[in-house]
Amino acid sequence: MSQALAPPTTAGPTPGTPTKSATAAPRRRFTAWRRWLSPVAIVALWQLASSTGVLDERKLASPAQIATAAGELIADGTLGDAVLVSVQRVALGFVLGASFGLLLALVAGLSKIGEEAVDPPMQMLRTLPHFGLIPLFIIWMGIDEAPKVALIALGVAFPLYLNTFAGIRGIDRKVMEAARSMHLTRLQRIRHVVLPGALPNTLVGLRQSLGIAWLSLIVAETIGSDAGLGYMINRARDFLLTDVIVVGLVTYSLLGLATDAIVRYLERRALSWRA
Amino acid sequence: MARLTPTRRSSRPGASDTPSVGPHVPDPHPANGADRAAGHVARVRGHHRSFGDVHVLRSIDLDIAPGEFVALLGRSGCGKSTLLRSLAHLDPSPAEEVDVVGRSAVAFQEPRLLPWKTVVDNVALALLNAPERKDRDRLARERLEEVGLGEKLDAWPLQLSGGQAQRVSLARALVPDPSLLLLDEPFSALDALTRIEMHQLVIELWRRRQMAILLVTHDVDEALNLADRVHVMDGGQMARTWEIGLPRSERSPSHPEVAAVREEILHSLGVEPTPPNPNRAPGTPAADAHDRGAA
Repeated sequence: MSQALAPPTTAGPTPGTPTKSATAAPRRRFTAWRRWLSPVAIVALWQLASSTGVLDERKLASPAQIATAAGELIADGTLGDAVLVSVQRVALGFVLGASFGLLLALVAGLSKIGEEAVDPPMQMLRTLPHFGLIPLFIIWMGIDEAPKVALIALGVAFPLYLNTFAGIRGIDRKVMEAARSMHLTRLQRIRHVVLPGALPNTLVGLRQSLGIAWLSLIVAETIGSDAGLGYMINRARDFLLTDVIVVGLVTYSLLGLATDAIVRYLERRALSWRA
Repeated sequence: MARLTPTRRSSRPGASDTPSVGPHVPDPHPANGADRAAGHVARVRGHHRSFGDVHVLRSIDLDIAPGEFVALLGRSGCGKSTLLRSLAHLDPSPAEEVDVVGRSAVAFQEPRLLPWKTVVDNVALALLNAPERKDRDRLARERLEEVGLGEKLDAWPLQLSGGQAQRVSLARALVPDPSLLLLDEPFSALDALTRIEMHQLVIELWRRRQMAILLVTHDVDEALNLADRVHVMDGGQMARTWEIGLPRSERSPSHPEVAAVREEILHSLGVEPTPPNPNRAPGTPAADAHDRGAA
């Protein structure tokens, strides 16, 4: 936020060339800056409401309190440790679920028998809200790490499966035929035609599944945790520490933003051919 | 039967440097030792294809000699593309019916490039089974320069014009040094001027590389300009064959021999030739005939 309010010191147009682009650039910067006005105003109003006592501290802490709490949680390492535990859960669940989803998509996409065996159960299971499985997971796996990782993995697997399978099925048959006319082996065709052809869809699936992974984490961490962001938030609830709860929530969303940015970067890199 | 290796560039020195001068000779160098195994690059005998009750190909016989340029004409649905697919082994074709010596390569009506590979990688892909990795890249660059796209090596296929993409497709077909190049109406989607350039390019490449070419087309004039031999297919059968002995440089549509064969071919395709336009100045009816050539 501070950067938004900082004066645009380097923003002056380059001297000497008062061209159209030179006048257009500051205007664009100005509108970008204007987009920050209303969020800042909301935070300012929020702070005002808290300071004047209109907003009860036990309902929602003030922005200043939240910032202080964030500083303390970072300084004493609580937040870092919690993030580490949560990220490990997501990473493990994601790797398991993504491997599972991609493997099934390949089996279903590359052979008719595979499709008939894999696709019908997957299409049925995907309609199942996976959070509804939490009671069963607790009965099967207790309340340790296993049900949390399983819940994340399950949430990750479906978007990747569905999108990758659709991507493989959507590959231009004529291009596949051209690959056959070049006497490429089946494995070479998979490597050079099928997989890169399905990649745009897989990346769409990846973005969806990462979103679901973080969502699943938040839900999973409400199942008796003794570490992680969810644990931090739950304990804060017990002590009515609304500032810590908000810090936890903001951390969740920053983590989600970070993984989304990674996928967008991958998309730009991998799909640069889409001129 | 010994198979031709993909690199048989020098096996027939000069065989196609002066193609089709005088009457057609299937193998101009029968005494050449390297040619003993090369009696044909493709031999089709009694080939039959049917989809359900529909007989698409009925007892097809076809021989293509090394270095020969053969055109296959016919109306839509006559089976000419199916025959090409059999020769490319894109469809199941029993070895006793369809024998292709050496390697075949196909350039299709659409370029069919992989959009996620650069131009040079698209061409190098056709070499995946053959040489070393570094040679693949070099050979791909050489073929692309040969088709006049040395500037576009690292472009994406989606950045190319239709004619450029078709040149890449041609380079990709040429790079493994096929003994039989199969062209499935590769010029039909191009504009008229680009098509003429592509005709010249194909003839140039064919003379330099000495492969046999089977061109499937709708375009009678295209077949007459390019081929040594023209087959017309009808109802899944070979209907008629013409040997075109005239040198390519003399094959203007106004040449009496060309005009006569053209009329015969059109007739066998069931098209009555357009009468000459009396309003045209003398000397130009050639252009008129050319415009209306596509059946």
